[in-house]
Amino acid sequence: MIELKNVSIVFGQGTVNENKALNNINLKVKEGDFITIIGSNGAGKSTLFNTIAGTYLPSEGQIFANDKNVTRDPEYKRAKYIGRIFQNPLLGTAGNMSLEDNMTITHKKGMKWLRRSLNNKTREIFRQELVQLRMGLEHRMKENLVMFSGGQRQALTLLMMVLSKPSLILLDEHTAALDPKNAEIVLELTNKFISEYKLTGMMITHNMTHAIEFGNRLLMMDGGEIIFDIEGEAKKALTVEKLIQKFHQLRHKTFENDRTLLAED
Amino acid sequence: MIEGIFVEGLIYGIMVLGVFISFRILDFPDLTVDGSFPLGAALMVQCLLSGMNGWVALLVAFAGGVLAGVVTALIHNHLRVPNLLAGILTMTMLYSINIRILGNRANVPILDQPTILKQVTEKFTGIIPDEYILLVFFLVVALVVKVLLDLFFRTDLGMTLGAMGNNEQMVISQGVNPKTLKTIGVGLSNGLVAISGAFAAQYLGFADVGLGQGIIVSGLASVMIGEFLMLKSNRIGVLTFCALAGSICFYAVMYVGRFYGYVIHMTPSDLNLIKGVLIIVLLIMTQAKKLKVPFKVAK
Repeated sequence: MIELKNVSIVFGQGTVNENKALNNINLKVKEGDFITIIGSNGAGKSTLFNTIAGTYLPSEGQIFANDKNVTRDPEYKRAKYIGRIFQNPLLGTAGNMSLEDNMTITHKKGMKWLRRSLNNKTREIFRQELVQLRMGLEHRMKENLVMFSGGQRQALTLLMMVLSKPSLILLDEHTAALDPKNAEIVLELTNKFISEYKLTGMMITHNMTHAIEFGNRLLMMDGGEIIFDIEGEAKKALTVEKLIQKFHQLRHKTFENDRTLLAED
Repeated sequence: MIEGIFVEGLIYGIMVLGVFISFRILDFPDLTVDGSFPLGAALMVQCLLSGMNGWVALLVAFAGGVLAGVVTALIHNHLRVPNLLAGILTMTMLYSINIRILGNRANVPILDQPTILKQVTEKFTGIIPDEYILLVFFLVVALVVKVLLDLFFRTDLGMTLGAMGNNEQMVISQGVNPKTLKTIGVGLSNGLVAISGAFAAQYLGFADVGLGQGIIVSGLASVMIGEFLMLKSNRIGVLTFCALAGSICFYAVMYVGRFYGYVIHMTPSDLNLIKGVLIIVLLIMTQAKKLKVPFKVAK
């Protein structure tokens, strides 16, 4: 699926502020994997996503997607097979446009031309898809998205991304900016879509319980490196205590300085 | 007088639609307009002088405007120049190009040429009262442009252009290159401006390199008046209508300023000051309006 070979990202190369955000990362994401990623602030989690998505081009190393070298492909080209959701719920949708217009733009990836694909037939398809969210949005298709809450917009972004059938989805703390109730709904939907549509995905979270509960594989990052990679049965046996212990053992430092990481619910 | 105001408002209204596309839909403040307006006028005049059919000449003017917009977009996209500066660069270069097109002259009259307007006047004289012929003609032209734009912005491409002005990341996430979209949008916008310039040259009876001076301010003021007058809406048909209505209002104010300004000892050279003040007043009024009605909830 996606493979990173010796990928490094260096910011401000050759200056005093030189900062190695990713250090020689090797990672192979297999088809059907759902990987959760944890790590403290500055560990390189978001940089890893930005590198996979193509926002940053690697300083060293290569990236392969379906065995094709995509190291130099710009973000918009990779977006055709990579779906991405950001922490900011407003980034996935256009607020000054109606719900149905947004869905028209997102239901198919790639350049749009002079066709008009919004008609009663597609409207009906969109309406049926929206029912899955159980938010009553199917009755509000002509409303501008500015009127919708962050949770609704994030759920919508998720649905629209899933409908475009990406081969890999990147979830960058996509529930962190939502209130607890909405966060739970969006997370539930995520889990539902991933198993229903058999998606390959990666999810950054600051919540260790979620990291353990979801997915079949877990990555722990620190200082731009993947320090711990566990999957299958071994991952199922993990507990929060064991994870903290593991980190301590690997890095000889404690998680205490980053309290967000200790959230357990 | 009233038909003069409407004719002027409608001719420049096509330019206002172009400005509306770049400023409001693409969120791309494009100053190329100051150069592409006289470009359209210059191309029209030269094509007519070389004996070309008026409608073909109009197409040439449109193509010239599109090209100017594309140049601005390319400078912005590939040299990573801020959009304002890219527009200023093209505008400055266009000044020289326009003088070249006009045969190294700053002003070329076409009073004796068979312009589109003259053909139309000849055809309809006797059917419609003479003073209303141009009014009806430009009403039709402006409406055709408006309807075509409305249709365009309801296609997938048009919607994506709108989404880009609102949220560029979203468009990138859909696998669309925002650079391509900007090139298309700014090109279209300047094409319309050039058409407006071409009609203005026929109406005025000459092309002048100075025609475009400050035109961007007029366009922006018109767009803002339109937004101020009308209800807030996200329907493209309403928005383009607002732009046209704004243009007519703005040129009505300018018309009055030109003809009755002498009463308060105003000279034509004061008009630019008036335009600027008008924009500032509009900005203040819009702010005040926003404070009063913080959020309007749809049913």
